[in-house]
Amino acid sequence: MSTREILLNPLFVNNPIGLQILGICSALAVTTKMSVALVMCIALTLVTAFSNLFISMIRNQIPGSIRIIVQMTIIASLVIVVDQVLGAVAYDISKQLSVFVGLIITNCIVMGRAEAFAMQNPPGLSFLDGIGNGLGYSVVLMLVATIREFFGSGSLFGIEVLPLVTNGGWYSPMGLMLLPPSAFFIIGLLIWALRAWKTEQVEEPEYEIGGHTALSKV
Amino acid sequence: MSEPKYNKDSMKNILVVSLLVCFACSVVVSSAAVFLKPQRVANKDLDRNKNILEAAGLYDKQSGQNIDIAAEFEKFEIRVVDLQEKRVLSDLEASDLGIEARTYDQRKAAKDPAISKALETREDIASISRRARYSVLYLLRIDGDIKTIVLPVHGYGLWSTLYGFIALDGDMNTVSGITFYEHGETAGLGGEVDNPAWKAQWSGKTIYNDGGVALKVIKGAARVESEKFKYQVDGLSGATLTSRGVENLVSYWMGDDGFGPILDGFRG
Repeated sequence: MSTREILLNPLFVNNPIGLQILGICSALAVTTKMSVALVMCIALTLVTAFSNLFISMIRNQIPGSIRIIVQMTIIASLVIVVDQVLGAVAYDISKQLSVFVGLIITNCIVMGRAEAFAMQNPPGLSFLDGIGNGLGYSVVLMLVATIREFFGSGSLFGIEVLPLVTNGGWYSPMGLMLLPPSAFFIIGLLIWALRAWKTEQVEEPEYEIGGHTALSKV
Repeated sequence: MSEPKYNKDSMKNILVVSLLVCFACSVVVSSAAVFLKPQRVANKDLDRNKNILEAAGLYDKQSGQNIDIAAEFEKFEIRVVDLQEKRVLSDLEASDLGIEARTYDQRKAAKDPAISKALETREDIASISRRARYSVLYLLRIDGDIKTIVLPVHGYGLWSTLYGFIALDGDMNTVSGITFYEHGETAGLGGEVDNPAWKAQWSGKTIYNDGGVALKVIKGAARVESEKFKYQVDGLSGATLTSRGVENLVSYWMGDDGFGPILDGFRG
């Protein structure tokens, strides 16, 4: 794979959320506001990139039997550092993200890239792979957040676009958009759209209903 | 690897790698925590003070006006109150108790059995389980008369404890403002306790009638023509439990177990 592919493939061709269906939990939780989602995307991209970098740097020393624990230790430390930095420089947003920054530790994308890519590839490429996958996550997250904030709160990045009834306007917001299920629907529709565009991503059905058993015996 | 005898799966290497990784990570994490702590604490204090100013109507988050929070906050007189003996402590008494009003941490105090009490279910309207014996209040005086009094309040909503401030006018009965600086309610539903339009309608409401705390957060909209209008705040749609939580915390902290008797004292 070329450097370019490593960086850009996760955007659409091999999107961590769209194709691998990883990292859904935070995509549901932090996408009600675009500003919050953006900070989450930056945090996750940084954590993925740097955890890939550090894990790749010591990949030839990590014993196979404790590799997952070593990866987790590095990821968890990075996440704590990110959380601390957010609390110091962007206090309001870190308040809104609350536990979800901490939960980056358990985000399957970070673990997945560490185990699948960084353990086999040199540091530079691993770093780019982390950035790429972070961006792939960010694309989906920002799309979902745009739709949810626009219809759920009538605003984009906190700036009112549709004047709300509560503020004397005409738009009555869709409460559903602010609840986690709406993110499920939107992500589902996005995956559908992505696979309609890139048909090679469509999976073979795992199970097909057979013919009528009584008839098939005949 | 470079050394021919290097075996990364040997017991020795497992111990060495795990120790080194743990050591490196702990150095990184603890140095981040130590170096950023002053900034984090300062942010937290600034945010609290901002909320106190906002409750008192001296600061408007929305307009993003640039005021010197620290200088504005200096205008407040901070007093320690004893909720058990139901009185305001003098500065001397407070310092005898080792309480520094500016830095007093009520949340921490509520966990210390020596200076807090466990609430029985019957009394625990706001679902906070323990109440610290001492609290603080913030007074804004103009020519010696109290213009605004800001009281720290907290209580349980749907998912989380809401922490905030209620500001009352000098009559110790009319609400001047309310803010929450920390809560974990659902964004867009219970989280609308932060909505400026919702907070704005608290201003001018009345807490007490003859029978005690009368202020209610009602379902739907409060009607202007109703005689209870001044005791009613619109509930948040889709957030019945958060609305009830806010009503309960007002009842508790304005009631006899909270600041009620102290407010009586100020009323004279």
